[in-house]
Amino acid sequence: MRKFWRRLGRPLLGYGVKVIALLLAVSLVAFLLVCLSPVDPVQQYILGLGTAISPEQRAEIEDYWGVNEPPVERYVHWLSELLRGNWGESALYRRPVLDIIGERFVNSLALMLCAWVLSGILGFVLGCVMGICQGKWPDRLLKRISYLISSIPTFWLGLVLLLIFAVWLQWFPTGFSAPIGVTQENVTLGQRLHHLALPAITLSLMSFANIALHTRQKLIDVLNSEYVLFARARGESTWTLLRRHGLRNILLPALTLQFASFAELFGGSVLAENVFSYPGLGSAAAAAGLNADVPLLLGITLISAIFVCVGNTAANLLYGVIDPKIREVAP
Amino acid sequence: MEQKQETLLEIHDLSVSFRMYNSRLGQKDLQVISNLHLRIRPGEIVAVAGSSGSGKSLLASAILGILPANATVKGHVHYRGQELTPQMQRELRGKEIALVPQSVAYLDPLMRVGRQVDGHRRPKPTAQRRKLFRRLELPERTETLYPFQLSGGMARRVLVSTALLTGASLVIADEPTPGMSLEQALEALKMFREMADAGKSVLLITHDIDLAFEFADRVAVFYAGTTVEIAPAADFRTGPAALRHPYSKALWRALPQNGFEPIGGFQPYAGSLPQGCLFAPRCPCATDRCRRETPPIQEVRGGEVRCFHAT
Repeated sequence: MRKFWRRLGRPLLGYGVKVIALLLAVSLVAFLLVCLSPVDPVQQYILGLGTAISPEQRAEIEDYWGVNEPPVERYVHWLSELLRGNWGESALYRRPVLDIIGERFVNSLALMLCAWVLSGILGFVLGCVMGICQGKWPDRLLKRISYLISSIPTFWLGLVLLLIFAVWLQWFPTGFSAPIGVTQENVTLGQRLHHLALPAITLSLMSFANIALHTRQKLIDVLNSEYVLFARARGESTWTLLRRHGLRNILLPALTLQFASFAELFGGSVLAENVFSYPGLGSAAAAAGLNADVPLLLGITLISAIFVCVGNTAANLLYGVIDPKIREVAP
Repeated sequence: MEQKQETLLEIHDLSVSFRMYNSRLGQKDLQVISNLHLRIRPGEIVAVAGSSGSGKSLLASAILGILPANATVKGHVHYRGQELTPQMQRELRGKEIALVPQSVAYLDPLMRVGRQVDGHRRPKPTAQRRKLFRRLELPERTETLYPFQLSGGMARRVLVSTALLTGASLVIADEPTPGMSLEQALEALKMFREMADAGKSVLLITHDIDLAFEFADRVAVFYAGTTVEIAPAADFRTGPAALRHPYSKALWRALPQNGFEPIGGFQPYAGSLPQGCLFAPRCPCATDRCRRETPPIQEVRGGEVRCFHAT
């Protein structure tokens, strides 16, 4: 175990430094973009108040918020507050940004996790089927479906599923994460899953094709490899080959791909959540953008950057832990 | 009849072709092995020698029945006097007929050596394998290594051990020596010699011809997917005078120690094979008949040769 951590320690430290540098860069660029954009946070704030104010009051607010200070000072100020845990208050929801993100993130995480597991399993299994039947009709059919689905925009697919399963068949609710008119404490897990199903399926349909096509190609490569030829020469049947050599050699790239897909997953969730009015981080991001809610928008930008970083780092570390070529050589 | 009894593997008129698809023009059959003859007796090493692209490695796949799906096999292969059917090949491969591949690329990169050599058969021959590893002087920890961690010499012995573990009567070694130093190559060939001395038959596919001359009992010379001459290895050590086919003689003369003398032309590609004798376009003694008819294989001075003019 100690050896394990020692082996993992150095790369982890390296990734840590990289992640921090990346987050700084993301915060800087995001801040700069907001500065350059025509969005006026003061105006948005005043609109949110719902009452008319005099130009003097407005000037006071601007002074209080430091709008007239140079951008560098404002950035440093914002960053230091950020590090202290004060991410500002959402102009849209009138609550601390971190609270909203925390709440929405749990919802999104449930959605993304379901979609992630679903697309991973579906993609891997279909990829294996395609690989084994290479060139035969199941392969050709599934390949076409994969190409088709990966070229369909998520929101459109979501709308179609909504139309079929929620409106016509009425199997699933049309939106939200819980039934309307039920208090938060009384929502059952079953109800939550019921509301989660359609957006999760939409999201997983978007990304399974990628996994499936990659798995297919990798399996074909493995089956054409010299070591499979030798295994065949030693009398292994196709099924044994697949079990002993196929899975072992395609699982690793599939897993890596799966962890590296966090970015797409997050991007897809923004669209899927909007179609299904699902109260996750994605729909919050869209709302913050449309309503010029600067603190919330910046907060979500940073959180999503961290999320994607975690996925990529996990993918990288996983390779080092699972692949013996990397694992056994490392000191 | 006596001769027949002794034969372990007999290949008669074997042809292998691949169905290729070329753009728009439809499909085309590429003949890579044509009218091949070969006979292996128990306890002997038969070296199959020939240049790259002469179809040597495909011969191994054809015997084992592991050619790609687009290959067509014609002709007869008999094993212990019985026709080798696909059904029989499935039963025999890995048990009666074993392949020794050329490099660690033929081992699963993600499986530890011990588990891999044990193979998929149950019960696992672990105890036997450990004994074998000791006999081959492989260190104890070898079984826990991954293929990429093996040194060249260890890899060679591990690959050979897969064949020894099966107790197969016929071992096909596919190019076991390229990329090796002379000492390593000699050590590898010595292992095959020991196998043969223990009663196994070894089909040694190689283009290290001079090493093959030393270690094999008989040498089959391959040219463009067919055997042009099969002769005792001693004849190849003697020189062109003892050899029968013009190509074997040319091959001998082309060796660095024998004058390094090339002949003109090049081996025809599968798909553009000449009519008649495949060597005729490059042969100094070719006649019209050679360009028209394929010479049959015939016995000449204790060897077999596919040439009208052999004496």
